[in-house]
Amino acid sequence: MTKRYSIFSLARNALSHHENWQEAWRSPQPQPEYDVVIVGGGGHGLASAYYLARNFDVGRIAVVEKGWIGGGNTGRNTTIVRSNYLWDEAAHLYEKSLQLWEGLSQELNYNVMFSQRGVMNLGHTLQDMRDIVRRSSANRLNGIDSEVLTPMDIKRRVPVIDVGPSARYPILGASFQPRGGVARHDAVAWGFARAADQLGVDIIQNCEVTGIRQVDGAVTALETSRGLIRTTKVGVVAAGHSSVMAAMAGLRLPIESHPLQALVSEPLKPVLDTVIMSNAVHGYISQSDKGELVVGAGIDAYTGYGQRGSYGIIEGNIAAIVTLFPSFSRVRMLRQWGGIVDVCPDACPIIGKTPVRGLYFNCGWGTGGFKATPGSGWVFAHTLARDEPHVLNAAFSLERFYTGALIDEHGAAGVAH
Amino acid sequence: MLQIECPWCGACDQSEFSYGGEAHIARPKTPADLSDQEWGDYLFNRENPKGWHREQWCHTAGCRRWFNAVRDTVTSRIKAYYQMGAVPPEEDGR
Ligand SMILES: Cc1cc2nc3c(=O)[nH]c(=O)nc-3n(C[C@H](O)[C@H](O)[C@H](O)COP(=O)(O)OP(=O)(O)OC[C@H]3O[C@@H](n4cnc5c(N)ncnc54)[C@H](O)[C@@H]3O)c2cc1C
Ligand SMILES: [Zn+2]
Repeated sequence: MTKRYSIFSLARNALSHHENWQEAWRSPQPQPEYDVVIVGGGGHGLASAYYLARNFDVGRIAVVEKGWIGGGNTGRNTTIVRSNYLWDEAAHLYEKSLQLWEGLSQELNYNVMFSQRGVMNLGHTLQDMRDIVRRSSANRLNGIDSEVLTPMDIKRRVPVIDVGPSARYPILGASFQPRGGVARHDAVAWGFARAADQLGVDIIQNCEVTGIRQVDGAVTALETSRGLIRTTKVGVVAAGHSSVMAAMAGLRLPIESHPLQALVSEPLKPVLDTVIMSNAVHGYISQSDKGELVVGAGIDAYTGYGQRGSYGIIEGNIAAIVTLFPSFSRVRMLRQWGGIVDVCPDACPIIGKTPVRGLYFNCGWGTGGFKATPGSGWVFAHTLARDEPHVLNAAFSLERFYTGALIDEHGAAGVAH
Repeated sequence: MLQIECPWCGACDQSEFSYGGEAHIARPKTPADLSDQEWGDYLFNRENPKGWHREQWCHTAGCRRWFNAVRDTVTSRIKAYYQMGAVPPEEDGR
């Protein structure tokens, strides 16, 4: 039985120089058969497995991950969490997730370092401001906290920002969600993994799925780099590799995979205690607890699976940040990396069934799925266990691309992740 | 930076080009005859392969002409260029 983390376990382990901590999860051999297999050990896959084991009784569950858990976009993202989406369907889904975030460290007995430091979306044009007021009002009607700030409000909160009229793109205002913030990405994967493992879920790393076997249009087994795994229920949560997984089942998805990059600076003393995003100048920034400035922007326009993007994007990103924060021009950047994001035409996820019986997909989160990690797991677990969507993900089916009921969230999800 | 060889202008920085996505998607000749499923498939579904991809590029900041390329989506290496409307150079290109 796994021991709970507490102030006492911390003190006890300090006595033995932290050399005797119990492993956080087992590393079991894959069993020949499971009742449900989740493909992809990112935050969403692990959350799905956790809530499946916690909320339902579906038998033996495994998560198979081709690399190490959290090594995909979970460990590469810039960790912005918010729920200020425009349309009811998206707002409700992301708000459910935000509510789960608020209790997540306690729920998992793992500090995910969720910090509600607020998220600000800047407006630089009259049209930006109209959109901000519209979205802010829509959010409030949905019970989601949102304020509209003036340039002076922004300056009071963020002294280092340039709100002057001589800026290249003067700031006219912002929307602000106080309950938004950031979390520790790795801890989210590890916390869900540990909690799922405690409920009996087998987490199998270095196990790549290479084929999906079907008989009469129903899933029967997964071919993996560690042998055949028989199962009749598969939940694919493979982010940038969703189309590759779909092709194994003979399906095509309305998804394209693009590189998305981020950068961090050398650590600085505290200078920025909220998250700032700007669609217009194309960049966003926050400061990590270690003091690094965490910076990002949009995707590369072309598709790619190489986990690196082009230099032009970095240059544009830095130019945008320096426009907003002239004093940051002297900060040195330390690291830069890329992840592969699964972009959907309406900037919303696909969570539900496929034409293959027993095969479910949870994908299309694109540039903004980290914030949805607990909520995504919550509704996907329901979908897998009950063979029908949860009320919160019913609108996010694959069918919407045939009925035309798209949920256009480009305004809330472009540069803002 | 990725360099792309415009068939007319030669090698130029990728930032001069716009991406046009998957090539050889023909607009259905009689859209009204299509089922919702078929129309949605035409509009939204894509191959999105990991590996060789036949795709469209436009030399926006140059000669402004469109052309096709066969690019590896992992390494971004381009192995062939050909004109819009032409038959792809290698049928095994994917
Ligand atoms: C640079 C960057 C910044 C971002 N910033 C934000 C942000 O600020 N806020 C936000 O909300 N979102 C952000 N995102 C998006 C967010 O990271 C993703 O939407 C989210 O992490 C997707 O979660 P996941 O757990 O499904 O993906 P992943 O962590 O990528 O998990 C998918 C897993 O599937 C595995 N897999 C793939 N194929 C196979 C196979 N054949 N067999 C077995 N396993 C397989 C992969 O190895 C991977 O571990 C950002 C993304 C990037 C790249
Ligand atoms: Zn040209």
